Amino acid sequence: MYDPRLVQPMRNETVAMGLKELTTVAEVDDALANQSGTALVLVNSVCGCAAGTARPALRVALGHSVTPDQVYSVFAGVDTDATGRARSYFGEEFQPSSPSMALIRDGEVVAMLHRHMIEGRSPDDIAADLTTAFDKHCGSTV
Amino acid sequence: MGTANEMSGHVFHPGHQELHGITVVVTTSGNATFVGRFDREDDTLAYLKDVGVHRGPETWDVYLERTKLYGIKVDHRELTVPRGEITAITRLRDA
Repeated sequence: MYDPRLVQPMRNETVAMGLKELTTVAEVDDALANQSGTALVLVNSVCGCAAGTARPALRVALGHSVTPDQVYSVFAGVDTDATGRARSYFGEEFQPSSPSMALIRDGEVVAMLHRHMIEGRSPDDIAADLTTAFDKHCGSTV
Repeated sequence: MGTANEMSGHVFHPGHQELHGITVVVTTSGNATFVGRFDREDDTLAYLKDVGVHRGPETWDVYLERTKLYGIKVDHRELTVPRGEITAITRLRDA
């Protein structure tokens, strides 16, 4: 378990960009059971190598003209039960990685940004992938 | 859309090797191919984390496509590969 003082700035960063933190199994269930519309779930991570670009990328993407109806975060390695529960909603086929981002529409994952699609890339490049998924799955820009 | 060329948070291990933390494909002279997160290497070994192993009979192309789409099905949390057996290390994203 990580020192809460170490993790808090990373929590604050996601809250500041409008994500709702899900820290318990009950909160995850409230958010994702019977989910309708579109939702993005960030599986946050303390890993600076990848999460250090994932969060800024998401911040940029959420400034796009088309965005998910809801945006949530769970914190891998910190809120482990909540993270496990969130992953259970992604479906058995998707293997866990962190950081990662799942775009869900009406309860089904329609796009997944795995860790390997984040690491080593610039926030702007990652944001471009996200906005492409938003345009495809979250509505029309017309 | 704005831009965000900066990183946030904290890198715990400054000065790490170039591929540290990057998910790679390690091909070998043997019959196994490994996909996992590169940790480090020394004179004799490469150290990987959260590693999937492909040995067939499923074709490599099918395994790779599934791994890129759904992520790595982990067979070993940690694994070392003798450097003398490694023929290539490629980022999974580029494989």
